[in-house]
Amino acid sequence: MFGDQYSKWVVDRCHVPAACGLSGVMSRDGRPVSGETIIESMRVIHDRGNGLGGGFAGYGIYPAFKDLYAMHIMFEDEAGKAACEELLTENMELQAGEEIPVQPNPGITDPPLLWRYFGVPRGEKLAAGDGAADDFMVRLVMRINTTVPGTFVFSSGKNMGVFKAVGFAEDVGEFYRLPDYEAYTWIGHGRFPTNTPGWWGGAHPFNILDWCVVHNGEISSYGINKRYLEMFGYECTLLTDTEVMAYLFDLLIRRHGLPLELACKVIAAPFWKEIDSDEDTEEAGLYRALRITYASALVNGPFAVIVGHSRGMIGLNDRIKLRPLVAAVKDDLLYVSSEESAIRQICPRPDRVWAPDAGEPVIGELRGDA
Amino acid sequence: MARAPQIKQEEACARLDATGVYYRELNQNVRELMASGCRDIVLDGVNGQRYIADGLMEAVKITINGVPGNDLGAFMDGPVLLVNDNAQDGVGNTMNSGKIVVKGHAGDVIGYGMRGGKIFVGGDVGFRVGIHMKSYREQVPVIVVGGRAGDFFGEYMAGGLMVLLGRGGADRPLVGDYLGTGMHGGTIYVHGEVAESQMGGEVRRFDLEDSDREFLRGILAEFSADLETDLADIEEDAFMKLRPFSHRPYGNMYCY
Repeated sequence: MFGDQYSKWVVDRCHVPAACGLSGVMSRDGRPVSGETIIESMRVIHDRGNGLGGGFAGYGIYPAFKDLYAMHIMFEDEAGKAACEELLTENMELQAGEEIPVQPNPGITDPPLLWRYFGVPRGEKLAAGDGAADDFMVRLVMRINTTVPGTFVFSSGKNMGVFKAVGFAEDVGEFYRLPDYEAYTWIGHGRFPTNTPGWWGGAHPFNILDWCVVHNGEISSYGINKRYLEMFGYECTLLTDTEVMAYLFDLLIRRHGLPLELACKVIAAPFWKEIDSDEDTEEAGLYRALRITYASALVNGPFAVIVGHSRGMIGLNDRIKLRPLVAAVKDDLLYVSSEESAIRQICPRPDRVWAPDAGEPVIGELRGDA
Repeated sequence: MARAPQIKQEEACARLDATGVYYRELNQNVRELMASGCRDIVLDGVNGQRYIADGLMEAVKITINGVPGNDLGAFMDGPVLLVNDNAQDGVGNTMNSGKIVVKGHAGDVIGYGMRGGKIFVGGDVGFRVGIHMKSYREQVPVIVVGGRAGDFFGEYMAGGLMVLLGRGGADRPLVGDYLGTGMHGGTIYVHGEVAESQMGGEVRRFDLEDSDREFLRGILAEFSADLETDLADIEEDAFMKLRPFSHRPYGNMYCY
């Protein structure tokens, strides 16, 4: 299970013991929501997790550095930090670097060194063309995760950040002082690891650049998805299935330019039975082409995910809804969660509450001017 | 969720404020109230507490104000639960007798393996409702859903009765795919038309008989009274009756 980059520190801190809890809130007007809100929501679904992983992602949290990549990195020790900082300085113009502020919490023990750095790739390192900086950053993240011992980048987008740990979600939120932050989108996760170890890097959300994923379920196509992603330079290093989902969204949407809706139809593809039942329509032709082109990006197995990105939030289920997902709206706010109670805790009287259908994404997008 | 519940004793009734109370403490309090002879309990401020009324084996009425957590009334044998809001997943899991009335909608896997009693849901239900339901002699479980249902309604159903009214707008089909897949006992009544392609291969449509009409009249009157809803829009002749055409659909599966 463990490659060379996993030291005894990581191995010793892995627990292999089953379900997860998800919650997300997004303001379509881009209004700031306190981190306290998502912690309160996650507190209600405490028992969906077992304390072996909790985490959050907030969008809009670093307005002063909104055009810089915000790298959240965990280090096992000072040696890893020194090696990583050397690599960062060589490749990036860093404008700030600091320890991530934390509030010690009895529920969070033995944290790694947790730092964040803000910067952009050095100009001379970049190839020409649109998206060169993003592509460079993906390669840099993969390089750090695979070559610097005991060092893992857990967040690499702009004006957003992931905060995760081993512990219950609400403790993780207090530990990272989330009430001090405001975001227009928050997603949260309480983990109950079943098949893969509970460790700091394995807590959700999983992130690459703009994309964050929190997941309840298990991705039985992990091996196929992982090998497919490797062909595009993504390396799966975090010892758990959900990681592929973050990379798939980055590949399909940022690199291949698919619209959100279609990316969801690749990941939770319509059944052949449905596609073949209306053979001649343009829609059926499109879905057939997508299934053939992206056979290896189909995500199989039970899942409910909430995906965060800078322009919004997506809730998505597997094709036969093997994990729960509930959505609600109130004014400009969209909520998605594993349980209605987690929504009602922070929004007692929604305008509408519903259970999304299997494989039908709930898509919340910022208004054009927000 | 660490607050102690506030208990107010009233005439023949106890009211309990469940706001912020952890489920273990809440359920412990319900059991203590029952032990003291209380048979009419109101729970206010419920939100997400799991396992309410699980395994209770006495006649007691519990009114729930708020959204109860998963596995409401699991293994329950006798109580009557009234939820004045929506419910989540796993309502009436393996319940044996009693009644659960949900005014709003309910989530997935309602009445899983249910073997007796009644579940009435006023609104929509999610996926996998009534799967593995079974009956034995006088023990006949009944689920009535006022709204629409997701996929796998009555999957692997072995006994009991399910009624789907499918009310509340025409924005989606009244029931999802795989209706009654693997069904080998019991009866499903659907108010409206369901395409053959949505049904499992083991079910067939049958004509309504007098006994069906009698059952439907009785259960709908009860549903209407419990949910305080007028069923004038429901026409007896508009029900499709679905039953398995074999009680052993897989009897020859491994026999050549």
